[in-house]
Amino acid sequence: MGTNVKTREVAKQEMKGSGADLLIQSLQKQGVEIIFGYPGGAVLPIYDALYKNPIRHVLARHEQGAIHAAEGYARVSGKTGVVIATSGPGATNLVTGIADAMLDSIPLVVFTGQVASSVIGTDAFQEADIVGITQPITKHNYQVKNVEDLPRIVKEAFYIASTGRPGPVVVDIPKDISTGLFFADEVEDTDVHLPGYQPTTSPNYLQIQKALQALSRAKKPLILAGAGVLTAKATEELKQLVERYRIPVTNTLLGLGSIPGNHELFLGMAGMHGTYTANTAICECDVLMNIGARFDDRLTGNLAHFAPNAKVIHIDIDPAEIGKNVPTAIPIVADAKEALLELLKEPFEKPDTVEWLEKLATNKKEYPLHYQADEQRGILPQQAIELIHRLTGGDAVVTTDVGQHQMWTAQYYALNHPDNWVTSGGLGTMGFGFPAAIGAQLAKPNAKVISVVGDAGFQMTLQELSLLQELRLPVKVVILNNQSLGMVRQWQETFYEQRYSQSLIHVQPDFVKLAQAYDIEGYKVETMEEAEEVFAKALLSNEPVLIDCRVTQMENVYPMVAPGKGLNEMIGVKGK
Amino acid sequence: MKRIITATVINQSGVLNRVTGLLMKRQFNIESISVGHTEQPGMSKMTFVVNVEDEGKLEQLLKQLQKQIDVIKVNDITDKAMVMRELALVKVVSSPSVRNEIYSMVEPFRATVVDMSKNVTTFQVTGDPEKIEAFIDLMKPYGIKELTRTGVSAFVRETQKAYTPQLSIL
Repeated sequence: MGTNVKTREVAKQEMKGSGADLLIQSLQKQGVEIIFGYPGGAVLPIYDALYKNPIRHVLARHEQGAIHAAEGYARVSGKTGVVIATSGPGATNLVTGIADAMLDSIPLVVFTGQVASSVIGTDAFQEADIVGITQPITKHNYQVKNVEDLPRIVKEAFYIASTGRPGPVVVDIPKDISTGLFFADEVEDTDVHLPGYQPTTSPNYLQIQKALQALSRAKKPLILAGAGVLTAKATEELKQLVERYRIPVTNTLLGLGSIPGNHELFLGMAGMHGTYTANTAICECDVLMNIGARFDDRLTGNLAHFAPNAKVIHIDIDPAEIGKNVPTAIPIVADAKEALLELLKEPFEKPDTVEWLEKLATNKKEYPLHYQADEQRGILPQQAIELIHRLTGGDAVVTTDVGQHQMWTAQYYALNHPDNWVTSGGLGTMGFGFPAAIGAQLAKPNAKVISVVGDAGFQMTLQELSLLQELRLPVKVVILNNQSLGMVRQWQETFYEQRYSQSLIHVQPDFVKLAQAYDIEGYKVETMEEAEEVFAKALLSNEPVLIDCRVTQMENVYPMVAPGKGLNEMIGVKGK
Repeated sequence: MKRIITATVINQSGVLNRVTGLLMKRQFNIESISVGHTEQPGMSKMTFVVNVEDEGKLEQLLKQLQKQIDVIKVNDITDKAMVMRELALVKVVSSPSVRNEIYSMVEPFRATVVDMSKNVTTFQVTGDPEKIEAFIDLMKPYGIKELTRTGVSAFVRETQKAYTPQLSIL
C-alpha cells in the first residue's frame, strides 16, 4: 500500500509546471508568434519560461517602443499584439500605448509583472497599481489570483481583445503566480464563458431594410467609412456597394485605405484637414451612412453644423458609439462586413446620383488640395510625400506620428491597399510612428515600410533604432524635419498671433550621425533634386535607411477647419 | 433629471471600481450607490441614483455600463412600478424634556430607536429617499448630531402596468 501512494506522488510531481510555463503554453495555444517586451524583476520567471520556448521575442529599448511596435504589428497583420513588461515602471511606461490602442481600437493583450501577492499594497519595490491605473484605458483588465486561472484568463483576454470592438486587455501577474507550481490535472481547458460580453455582430433585418430604403430615395447619399471597415475586413464589400449604387465615399483619418485612394468615387479624407470636396459633401448630403467610424470631434468639427441636411445611418459594432455625438435616424449595431453583406444581398432601387456625382467631381477639380512649390523655399513637406508616393506607387505600408507630417501624409499618400496605414488617431501620440513601423515590418517582412515622422516626435522613441540595427529590418525612416513642433507652431501662428512659445527647435542632433551610430545608413536632403536621388536609392535598399529630409519650416496644413467651427467654414481652400 | 439604475454585475474584485471609474470618466454625477450580493452566487446588484442632463446622456450612461465585461444587465427602472428603500441612522439630540415630543413625531415614520444615551437617541428609518428627507427635516430643529444613509436599493415589482415607457437600448 505505502509504496503505491509514493509512486502516485512522484507521478503528480512530474506533471508540475510553473505559472510562467502555463502562461507560455497558453500563448502558444492562442497562436502567438511574436511578443514585444522588456524584462525585469517581476517577470523574470516568465522570461525564464520564454528562454526554453520557440515563441519569438522582440526586445525593444523602452516599453513604450515595445507597445507601439505591437500596435503596428496588430494594425497591419490583423492579429492581436502581445506585450510583456515588468511591474512598476515597466508597466507605467506602457500606459501611453495602452491608451492609444484603446482610442484606436487596436487588439492588444498586455502582460505586466506584479510584486508577489503577499506584498501587494505595501508599496513594495517596483509596485504600481497597474490594474487601477489602466482601468479607464483598457477594454478589460485582470489580476491573476490563482495559478490555475491563468489559461482561462489568457483565453478570455485574447477573446475580449480581438472580438467586437477590439481593444487592449491588461493581465497583471504577481510574481508568486508565475513562480507558483500547478498540477496539470488541476487545470481545465474550458470554453470562454463571458455572460456580460456578447457583442452583436449580425445586423437587424428591419434596420437594414430601412437603410436600403433611405439610400435608394437619396439624391445626395454619402458614405463615411471608418476603421471599422478595415477591422472587419470589409473593404471588398464596401467597394461593391458604392460601385453598384454609385455612392461617393469619404474616410476618417483611421479609415484611410478602406477604399483605394485613387478610386473615382473617393472624395478624400474628411474632417479638420479634410478635402474641400469631402467636407462640403458632408454638409450637403441628404443621407449619410457612417460605417465603422465614431464621429470623432476632429472629423465632425462643430456638431451644430455637422451634416445639417442628412438622415444619418450609423453602422457600428459598439452600440455606445451610436447616437453619442450625432443624432442617428437608423442605428445598426453590427460588424461592418456582416452589415455590408446584408446590404448587398437584396438589390434595391439605385438612387439617381448622377447630378450629385457631377457636382462632387467639379468640386474635386476646382478645389483640390494644393501647395505652392518654390525652389527658393527648399523642399515642401507635401512634395516629399508626393515623391514617396510616386516612388512606391501607393503600395507601401506607411506609419506616422501625430501632427503636420501626419496630415500631409494622409492627404498626399493615396493608399492602394487596406491595412497599410498605421497612425495614431484618437490619442494623437508623438513617438508612435517609428516603433509602429518596426512592428508593421515584422508583420509583413516583404513589404516596403516607410515611417514618416516629424523631427520632434522621432526624438521621443528614437532609441528603437537599436532594433533596426539588431534585426536589420528594412524600414525607411523619413524625418520631415522642419525644426519645429509643426502643428503647435501652426496653431500659434493662427490663433496666438505668432507667439512661437517653445515650438521652434533650433538645436537637434545630427540625425545622419545618429543613424550611423546605430550602424544604419543615414542621409540628409535639402533640395528636391537630392531627395529624388536619395529616396529612390533608399527604397531599393534591403537595409534600414534614415533620411533627414529638411523641409520648409513655416508651411501650414490646409485646408483647415478651425476648432469650434463647422465643416462649412474651411480656410485655406484653393480658389476660395 | 434623477434616474434610478440597477446593474447586475459579476462579483469580481475591481468591478465596483470599474463602474464608478466609468461614471467619473464620463462626468456622470452619482447621488448614491449601493451594492450587495444577490440570490445568485457570484452575482452582485448595484443600485445607482444619478443625475443626468437629458435622455441622450442617459442612453450613453446605460450603454457605457452595459459595455463593461463584468456587467451582465443594466436597467433604468425610474419609470417602472418598483420597490425602493433606503435606510438612515440618525442621532438626534433629545434631552428628557423633549423626548416624548420627538417620539410622537417619529411614530408616523415608523422609525425605531436603536440606541440611546442620556441626551441622544439614535433612530433607524427606512423608506424611499423622500420619506427619509422628510424625517431628517423634522428632526433638524432638535439638533442632528450625526447622520448616515445607505443609499437607495431598488427593484421592479412583479406586476407592472400594461405599458411602461422605456428607452431603447440597442
